[in-house]
Amino acid sequence: MAERSPATRRTLWVMLSLVFAFLYIPIAVLVALSFNQGGLPTVWSGFSLKWYASLAGNAAILSAALNTLIVALVSTAIATLLGTLLAIGVEIRRQYGSGLEALIFAPMIIPDIVLAIALLSFFSLLDFTLGLHTIILAHVVFNLAFVCSVVRARLKSFDWSIVEASADLGASALTTFRRVTLPVILPAVVAGALLAFTLSVDEFIIAFFTAGAGRASTTLPMQIYSMIRFGITPEINALATIVMAVSITALTLSQRLNRGVIGQ
Amino acid sequence: MTLPTPSRSSLLMAPALAWLTALMVVPCALVLALAFFRRGIYGGIEYTFTLENFGLVFDPLYAGIFLNSARIAGTATLIAVVIGYAAAYAIAAAPRQMQPVFLFFAVLPFWSNYLIRTYAWIVLLNREGLITQLLRWFGYTGEPPSMLYTEGAVIAGLVYNYLPFVILACYAPLSRLNPELAEASRDLGASAMTTFRRVILPLTVPGIAAGAVFVFVLSIGNFVTPALLGGGRFQMIGNLVYDQFLTANDWPFGAALAMALIAIMLLVLTAQALAADRAAGRIAEAKGGADG
Repeated sequence: MAERSPATRRTLWVMLSLVFAFLYIPIAVLVALSFNQGGLPTVWSGFSLKWYASLAGNAAILSAALNTLIVALVSTAIATLLGTLLAIGVEIRRQYGSGLEALIFAPMIIPDIVLAIALLSFFSLLDFTLGLHTIILAHVVFNLAFVCSVVRARLKSFDWSIVEASADLGASALTTFRRVTLPVILPAVVAGALLAFTLSVDEFIIAFFTAGAGRASTTLPMQIYSMIRFGITPEINALATIVMAVSITALTLSQRLNRGVIGQ
Repeated sequence: MTLPTPSRSSLLMAPALAWLTALMVVPCALVLALAFFRRGIYGGIEYTFTLENFGLVFDPLYAGIFLNSARIAGTATLIAVVIGYAAAYAIAAAPRQMQPVFLFFAVLPFWSNYLIRTYAWIVLLNREGLITQLLRWFGYTGEPPSMLYTEGAVIAGLVYNYLPFVILACYAPLSRLNPELAEASRDLGASAMTTFRRVILPLTVPGIAAGAVFVFVLSIGNFVTPALLGGGRFQMIGNLVYDQFLTANDWPFGAALAMALIAIMLLVLTAQALAADRAAGRIAEAKGGADG
């Protein structure tokens, strides 16, 4: 951009600092308080890891964490497979109606609450028993759309003639996929899977509606929601810090892989 | 067997499309249909056709909640766009090699759990929270101010949660802006303010529109933030839908509300597409003018 006076530059720096303060102070306070010794959730009284230790002994949280892990792993596995195949199919064909495009984009923009009530109505009409399996069915819907969009971005620069070359040299379709296509798109597939995993771990509203009554299928976000409604405790601060660390790590990794893809 | 054929591509797409059809298209169609049925006496669904549910959406009580939601979402959008645009402008003005770093850290909070980001505001705003502590530190001795469970808290939560997206959306056109345009404008005697208003702002409208639509659409259908930061005192459409399905047990009315929500969303998205088209037209016109 054009040359700026020192005064303008100073104003811009102040503005940027204020925005970053706004973005990071709430999180920083939360993380700091998770290491707080005292029982008062918002007054500092010394460093301690005891709230992390008490999390490890909280059966409700552990079972919710296990449920979340099951839902995230299974829905990510299914979504990665279906989403990748979908991306390849769409990119091979290239001529398709805008209807197909809308269908693939819809899960990403439809309001969570609408998909949540739609699935609840659907499952109850079919007399499905609600539980972890219905959360998995629901999470695959948006996860596969996200995997598909990440893999498609990679396939945009894919040279299909190498697939042709492989076939000409006598490789079967499966061998060509395994030895030619997959190695090229693998970073994007892993990036998409990491994104899907994080989205599933963090997803609350759809899980809340499709989990059914009872504690057996409570996921971590559902557990956090009910704890927050009950009040502030140092334990939530500790749990929140761990969950944040996991999502941010997974997504940074996903971003890295994606950047590698674009950089090639 | 050479290039993958269209028939094979259909085979590859089939499982995912079947999944989306069975678990998204059919359920959404079901909700649409549900909106035209009557609520049963005992809370079930009575399969007789009616338009009552849509009529009820326009009942002053519920129309009021719609207007209230639109006002809260609109205020959050306005604040987020002003802050987000300023931040994006400052990032685009920073040294080139620093820009990706700033962008990364602007988006990073967005990658953590929504509930947790909202909860962070409960920690800040509650009666014994950081803000009260700060006031005390400055010598304030009165009653702790009640900031949590207010409309302001709901708006702050929405702005906080969606700000990173506005920064991203506004940064894209700002970083692509040709610096010579602003220079030319100033050489021709325009003040910095006029240059911003007449040159920079119009060229970055698509980014603003995309960011604004994102915040508005996600805010108006939100139910977590009003429930947690509004303490249930500020009903928004999302909460209303939630109540119809999980407490009031009036699914047909809840379905009609959800359809109204989708209608608002489509309306806003269409308006955005039109605004983007007009902006593109203006830019093309300006370029044509410059060439001729």
